[in-house]
Amino acid sequence: MSVNKPIPHDTAALQVTGEARYVDDIPTPRGTLHLAFGLSTVAHGEIAGMDLSAVRATPGVMMVLTAADFDAVPDCSPAAGDEPLLSTGTVHFVGQPIFLVIAESHLAARKAARLGRIDYRELPAILTVEEALAANSRFEAGPIVWTKGDPAAAIRGAAQIVEGSFRMGGQEHFYLEGQAALALPQEGGEMTVHSSTQHPTEIQHKVAHALHLPMSAVKVEVRRMGGGFGGKESQGNWLAIACAVAAARTGRPCKMRYDRDDDMVITGKRHDFRMDYRVGVDAEGRILGAEFVQLCRAGWSQDLSLAIADRAMLHAENAYFIPHVRIESHRLKTNTTSATAYRGFGGPQGVVTIERVIDEIAFRLGRDPVEVRRANYYADCAAALPGAPPASPPTGKVAQTTPYGQEIEDFILHAMTAELEKTSGYKARRAAIAEWNAASPLLKRGIALTPVKFGISFTLTHLNQAGALVHVYQDGSIRMNHGGTEMGQGLFRKVAQVAAAAFGVDVGLVKITATDTSKVPNTSATAASSGSDLNGMAVKVACDTIRQRMADFLAERHQVTPEEVFFEEGRVFVGGADYSFEQVAKLCYEGRVSLSATGFYKTPKITWDRVRGTGRPFYYFAYGAAVTEVVIDTLTGENRILRTDILHDAGTSLNPALDRGQIEGGYVQGAGWLTTEELVWDAKGRLMTHAPSTYKIPACSDRPRVFNVDLWPGRNVEETIYRSKAVGEPPFMLGVSAFLALSDAVAACGDGTIYPALDAPATAERVLAAVQRVRGDV
Amino acid sequence: MAEIAFLLNGTPVHLSEAPPTRTLLDWLREERGLTGTKEGCNEGDCGACTVMVTDAEGPKALNACILFLPQLHGKAVRTVEGLTGPDGTLHPVQQAMVDHHGSQCGFCTPGFVVSMAAAHAEGRTDHDDVLAGNLCRCTGYAPIIRAAEAAASEPVPDWMQADRQALSTFTLAQISRGEPQAGGSAPRAFRPNSSDELADWYAAHPEATLIAGATDVGLWVTKQLRDLAPVAFLNGVTDLQHIEQRGETVGVGACVTIEALRAAMVEMHPSFAELLRRYASLQVRNAATIGGNIANGSPIGDSPPALIALGATLHLRRGDETRAIPLEDFFLDYRKQDRRPGEFVAAVTFPDKAPALRCYKLSKRFDQDISAVCGCFNVMVEAGIVTAARIAFGGMAGIPKRAKVVEAALIGQQWTEATVTAALPAFAEDFAPLTDMRASSAYRMATARNMLVRYFHDLAGTPVQVLEVQP
Repeated sequence: MSVNKPIPHDTAALQVTGEARYVDDIPTPRGTLHLAFGLSTVAHGEIAGMDLSAVRATPGVMMVLTAADFDAVPDCSPAAGDEPLLSTGTVHFVGQPIFLVIAESHLAARKAARLGRIDYRELPAILTVEEALAANSRFEAGPIVWTKGDPAAAIRGAAQIVEGSFRMGGQEHFYLEGQAALALPQEGGEMTVHSSTQHPTEIQHKVAHALHLPMSAVKVEVRRMGGGFGGKESQGNWLAIACAVAAARTGRPCKMRYDRDDDMVITGKRHDFRMDYRVGVDAEGRILGAEFVQLCRAGWSQDLSLAIADRAMLHAENAYFIPHVRIESHRLKTNTTSATAYRGFGGPQGVVTIERVIDEIAFRLGRDPVEVRRANYYADCAAALPGAPPASPPTGKVAQTTPYGQEIEDFILHAMTAELEKTSGYKARRAAIAEWNAASPLLKRGIALTPVKFGISFTLTHLNQAGALVHVYQDGSIRMNHGGTEMGQGLFRKVAQVAAAAFGVDVGLVKITATDTSKVPNTSATAASSGSDLNGMAVKVACDTIRQRMADFLAERHQVTPEEVFFEEGRVFVGGADYSFEQVAKLCYEGRVSLSATGFYKTPKITWDRVRGTGRPFYYFAYGAAVTEVVIDTLTGENRILRTDILHDAGTSLNPALDRGQIEGGYVQGAGWLTTEELVWDAKGRLMTHAPSTYKIPACSDRPRVFNVDLWPGRNVEETIYRSKAVGEPPFMLGVSAFLALSDAVAACGDGTIYPALDAPATAERVLAAVQRVRGDV
Repeated sequence: MAEIAFLLNGTPVHLSEAPPTRTLLDWLREERGLTGTKEGCNEGDCGACTVMVTDAEGPKALNACILFLPQLHGKAVRTVEGLTGPDGTLHPVQQAMVDHHGSQCGFCTPGFVVSMAAAHAEGRTDHDDVLAGNLCRCTGYAPIIRAAEAAASEPVPDWMQADRQALSTFTLAQISRGEPQAGGSAPRAFRPNSSDELADWYAAHPEATLIAGATDVGLWVTKQLRDLAPVAFLNGVTDLQHIEQRGETVGVGACVTIEALRAAMVEMHPSFAELLRRYASLQVRNAATIGGNIANGSPIGDSPPALIALGATLHLRRGDETRAIPLEDFFLDYRKQDRRPGEFVAAVTFPDKAPALRCYKLSKRFDQDISAVCGCFNVMVEAGIVTAARIAFGGMAGIPKRAKVVEAALIGQQWTEATVTAALPAFAEDFAPLTDMRASSAYRMATARNMLVRYFHDLAGTPVQVLEVQP
């Protein structure tokens, strides 16, 4: 069987030789034009006047478009219709496109785009969540509130109340390949678009809309992206639409790629939040009731913010049973770039908040945070444990439902935590760290164990569908296509393993092809960690259909039942005969058997009422836990990760090597979000950290010095593809352990009376401020 | 400019019409269709464009996005496409990257592979330093390091020796030397072959931009989209590429690269060497020069604070005229230096001994980052009394600056923690730092003071560096 094997990424060999093509590498036809946007330099204002004469006079410039050149300015938004391609008179953030330069070269377009002279009547800009709240500047009429039980009463009656406010920053995706698109005009007004996008169908839909074409006249192709992380779910619309519009007007191929600085200024990032919390706990640290107020800075347009804010609410409890809870979510509209999807999609913001709250509870009670976590965990579900051992000790909890009413049926974190505590040596190291710290005046160590429980499924239920198209050729080779996109995660490899397993052939026989809207229609974005769950199933359905036809044909030929036909090891066994797969394909072809099939899959069991906040939004949950140890410098706040131990649940892994890659990479990216990655805007709403010189993602030496990653030997209780679990997003939240280890190290600088209350990202500056705080130096 | 010639993946290339500030990256991708080399940031910070450039000293990893074609004259360039063997055999680092799952999205991969191949050719195993200038957003680096470690034991493939061999004959026989074009009505680019040629030409064209490593000037082109002409490329000025010791003084020519200086400082001034190890990335250090770093006048700079603490002397030249000034006097005001039109930095000299020198760099990220604060300390203590002190900071003012009031508060006092504590208020008289995206004013001030405290403990042997803590 080709599944469960650690086979390398399907194009690894092409990537290491530079042969793998990204959008900007596709050889372009002669006469290809290049595009660049002229951008707003103010955060909020009316355009009073525009002088583009210097732009038009720049050598190489073919055409310059503004909103006035359109009867209806094309919309670039994924749903809300609030993102005109070019400003229609008002600018809403620094970096909003105002005009479009179409030139003979990328450089000429970039040079010209800087020469526009725009006069603005500046308007007051709303930059912070506090300003937005005061001005009632928001999406939707008011906050979304979900309540379970009577949290106010539960908190009132609690032995101790923990309350506070926690801020976390956003995050730049920093995909290494910037946004890019190439539009190739076809005969009869049709358009072909190559786009670096996680969502080809949306590109197709938006381009068709912009060109007033039916979707059938637009074809979008995506072979691969140089990283996505959510940043290419909706943000590629602008470039694809611009290219398509320019290509339609000029009749020439048009290409656009953002320079890195433009990319960072224009495109959306992870949402930053302010989280206010009020939690009542008993003497053991068990949460009796909790109230959360989530202030989400969504930026100037709606984009995907409502669903992201929903997911932050859906992960407000992470792994913990909270009997009485109220979650209030404000989706605030500000004059900043429109925050967008980013790995975890709001989930990490919810998770890091409750994890910091648990940490604070433990601090107040003087208990080991792991004990407080355990006291609050949902109960383990016996059926979900490896080998289905007897149920774990009763936790005294009766109900096992989330704040939104979903039954938890696959919880395993008690068992996982116990195992990780053992393999990481958590307890002994905790004691050793205390001893080390006592002897070290300037440097302090800290350690933290944090879990993640992440809900798998798109919360917009209808997106949980996928299609596939599989061909078997008469020489026995297989060509596979599906709606998912490849951005490095190894989706194509995993799905090819599924196809090879279905036919009992070597995975090398399965040709992996670019995602193409003309092959599989109406696809969902490759997002929400759903890629292999959805597309793997769809491909399996298509393969099973063809295999069934082959089996039926051979069974009749050999006068046996189809169940007596076996596809194994590249051979097909039937009634004592033994064919190669190639022979069978040829026989079926000659027997006029269709060797092409589509497959379709939709996730079962899910229902969700997002307004009331009830239902079963998630098919299942993926789990993980991490222990991180750090050291800080109490004179400067400098810090580093010394060791990380991870135990992660990928179900029955389709490919342990690729899953390990997602776990290691997700952890480091999550730790980066909470430590060095700081987005800084100035008082005028300008992003000051718009290049890698000032925005610092983890570098090589920032990875943990010791980095142990293990996969949990479990299986999915739900019938997912080969009982695997989604793995794209969940490990990102394991980075929370690095953040709370820093907090633990800071706490070691004080006398135990003042909680560090670290905000994120915990830059050296914030760590030093926290050190000073716990020492009472402020 | 006269014709330039170099080897590209083993094949000679002669260019006579290339615009002098065309980057190698653009040329490779747009003219040669070699799209394996990627543009990730176009400013030398991500390493996706890394190429291997071999000269007489050996192979070096460089960022193609801020490397101008004339800088390649007489050298051999190898891109990711040129790393596989003639029969298509993968280079050991390429094979290891496949086997160890070191490539996910693959966009950073060519740059990593080239950096790894350059290090592999030199037998380097300090993978964290070699790869500090290559950013990866997918893998978390762990599998890349596993690949680098696995490849380290594989021999250097035969075909990787070809550039050095070819270069020895190619430079002599096939490269037309760039003849000086002094004079002329509109000189756009000039490539002097000695400091004398440079001095004559620059005195006559003081408006010109001098380009050594182009690690900063490159961004004037790729980010500010400036037209720099006229320009002079200094890569042929070999007489400024030496490090020489005379008695107790070390002289470093302006065209010595930061990486060469770092290597020379490891034994002599280890703390300075450690500071230089964290200076940008290997790709940048391989190109950037000490002269550029000083003449550029950055308020941070990283090497100026250390050199000022060492008591360095700067040597300037205009035409035949030379002068020497204390380095700290060169920096007049923000981006304003004591450099007259047509005058250039020729060398810097400093003492070869300074056992008390300690350099501390504070930045958001340890590697490949610009200092928020860079503090360098050189305090002489005799019989328990501070006899002299040179303390200099980057990031605390518009220029790299000495903390003279703090020094005065220490000199003549007993070298004790009490003296250090008593000197801390003096920082407010020396500095009024700014708030920017790297750090707030208050944080800069607090950490500058704390660096003096750290220095005291450091000299006393107390562990003070998180980088030295082992798991």
